[in-house]
Amino acid sequence: MMEERKSLGSIFLNGVITENPTFRLVLGACPTLAVTTSAVNGIGMGAAATFVLIGSNVVVSLLRKFIPNNVRIPAFIVIICTFVTMVQLFMQAYLPSLYESLGIFIPLIVVNCIILARAEAFASKNPVLASAVDGLGMGVGFTLALTLIGMIRELIGSGTLFGFKIMGAGYEPMLLFVLASGGFLTFGILLGVINAITNYLKRDKHSEGGRA
Amino acid sequence: MSIRLSSAPHIRTAASTKSLMLNVVIALMPCVAAGVYLFEMNALAVLCVSTGTAVLAEYLWQRLMKIQVRVGDCSALVTGIILGLILPPTLPWWAAMVASAFAIIIVKQLFGGIGDNFLNPALTARAVLLASWPAHMTTYVDISREHIADAVAMATPLSSENAVEYTYLQLFQGVVPGSIGETCKAAILVGLIYLIITKTISWRIPVITMLSAFVSAFVLGMDPIAAVLSGGILFGAVYMATDYTTSPMSASAQYAYAIGIGFLTMIIRRFGAYPEGVTYAILLMNILTPLLDKYMPNKIYGHGIKKGAKEA
Amino acid sequence: MNEITKILLFMVSCVLTNNFIFSKFLGCCPFLGVSNKVETAASMGLAVTFVMTIASLFSYMVYHWLLVPLKITFMETIAFILVIAALVQFVEMFLKKASPSLHGALGIYLPLITTNCAVLGVATLNVSENYNLIYSVMNGAFSAIGFLVAIVLMAGVRERLENAKIPECMKGFPISLVSAGLMAIAFMGFSGLV
Repeated sequence: MMEERKSLGSIFLNGVITENPTFRLVLGACPTLAVTTSAVNGIGMGAAATFVLIGSNVVVSLLRKFIPNNVRIPAFIVIICTFVTMVQLFMQAYLPSLYESLGIFIPLIVVNCIILARAEAFASKNPVLASAVDGLGMGVGFTLALTLIGMIRELIGSGTLFGFKIMGAGYEPMLLFVLASGGFLTFGILLGVINAITNYLKRDKHSEGGRA
Repeated sequence: MSIRLSSAPHIRTAASTKSLMLNVVIALMPCVAAGVYLFEMNALAVLCVSTGTAVLAEYLWQRLMKIQVRVGDCSALVTGIILGLILPPTLPWWAAMVASAFAIIIVKQLFGGIGDNFLNPALTARAVLLASWPAHMTTYVDISREHIADAVAMATPLSSENAVEYTYLQLFQGVVPGSIGETCKAAILVGLIYLIITKTISWRIPVITMLSAFVSAFVLGMDPIAAVLSGGILFGAVYMATDYTTSPMSASAQYAYAIGIGFLTMIIRRFGAYPEGVTYAILLMNILTPLLDKYMPNKIYGHGIKKGAKEA
Repeated sequence: MNEITKILLFMVSCVLTNNFIFSKFLGCCPFLGVSNKVETAASMGLAVTFVMTIASLFSYMVYHWLLVPLKITFMETIAFILVIAALVQFVEMFLKKASPSLHGALGIYLPLITTNCAVLGVATLNVSENYNLIYSVMNGAFSAIGFLVAIVLMAGVRERLENAKIPECMKGFPISLVSAGLMAIAFMGFSGLV
């Protein structure tokens, strides 16, 4: 299998950049749009999802030889659900305000396609350590993306960053960006910009190759 | 009425687009004149900022994206003027600038430019302002004061407690608080007549929209005459509901579209959070337009102008 | 306010004012993924409506008649996802037998619905909002109709955009997201109706 020969570092970077779940695969759009009204929310959601990703990847990988093939999807869902419930209870107890602002999107991590997709595509075929690193990479990629979107929306929509006032006193926040439509617009335009940059870099490489 | 081209046959020479756009610009002039007369320098400043930004944004985008620069077709000019006319005269310049750039770049150019947007750019920009800076958008000048520059928070005649203060004649003349180009109904009617005589638009959408608004207001228990004379419904029906790109093609679909605009406007005025509903009513019917086009296809051949425009 | 007015307002709230897509961001994956064509979007919307309505009923029963008496309400998420997965399976088998034509139309969308966050979302919301049995089922049905309206409108817009000269980098997901954002702006007009 390809993945087994890859170094842990490249597995990690794969999740963060090459197959970034948010910007490259566009998975898990609902939490990406819903909770990113501030940078802190983005980090909170990302951290919760990362914990679940690592946990479920490790357990799925440990049990990969024992889970019968035809019931694997329900089995994965039960494993993921267990970790989600752990996160939920932990946050309720220790981070009640963050839990409040993330709302039902914490239990909904269960149906976040990224997690099931990694269990199916990676953890069920790879050893434990590699699976854990894959979970970490994907989680960090997801967290970075959510934090970036959260930062943009918070800066324009409230004039703050991580809760600190950034814009001058004369700045009147553009409320649209913390509303629902602002989420769609920010994510859409950001994807477009990333595509444009990628296309530009590719074209550059091509033309250099042509000259050489 | 900001952008031409309808669906499939996209071929139209720049010259014909330009001449139709110039007709719209001419038709807008009575409203511009009335707005500047009623609201003085404030109105002129808002209009200049919104128009200038629209044209500049269109030019810069087309240069940046390395596509054909088509500022000459005047569609950005029309969007800029219409946007200026639906803004309150006291709006800060930067807000008008943001709205204008949003209209041109995000609502129009991201979708491919002229003829490809599915929402009216000027109206979407107005809705963006309402969502972003509601306080600036609901501050209107009291026209009866000596110095208009003293902006005071004034409700438009649409908020119920003020409804009785204005006579029908005042509403018709436009000496009431409101957006720059929307208040003077006389000027809008002059523009409408010009647009119909020059066959730039057909009578159908504006007339049916106003009839629908009148009947809906009556059914909902409002004064129907005051309802059609106040707010932006007449301006919207004449200049924005008739935008070729975002209104349906066939006659039957146009009836449904126009009835929907009149009805939704009154529903939002009567029950909604916003005092004026025409902005959202037209945007919502814009969204429905692709489905109307799909399921209410053209039955009547050559229903006036649109057909003629396509052949041009 | 009599009961009928109340229900009517609740319906307007679920379908328009607090639309699942445009104000709650639930069900965005199918909304973005299965909205290429109006017909397929309508099928997906109907399948979701079907499943969300009965999922609201069954999740209510499981929560209030099983989890609460046993004092294991922290098992909510896991219980709901199992209920939904079982329901989807059951609906598929039932449709295959009872109405092959409907199964043909909706069949391929049903498995996707298990991981549609709108379904789990509505079950969770029913609990957190403390809705009774009738309101839970209505919330499921009306919210799903809101989803149906949103996805069909979106599909209409996207069909129209097929021939548009959209810049290369905006094609696909980006322009769909921007379209959804602009539609959400228009849907703000419904705020305050309830």
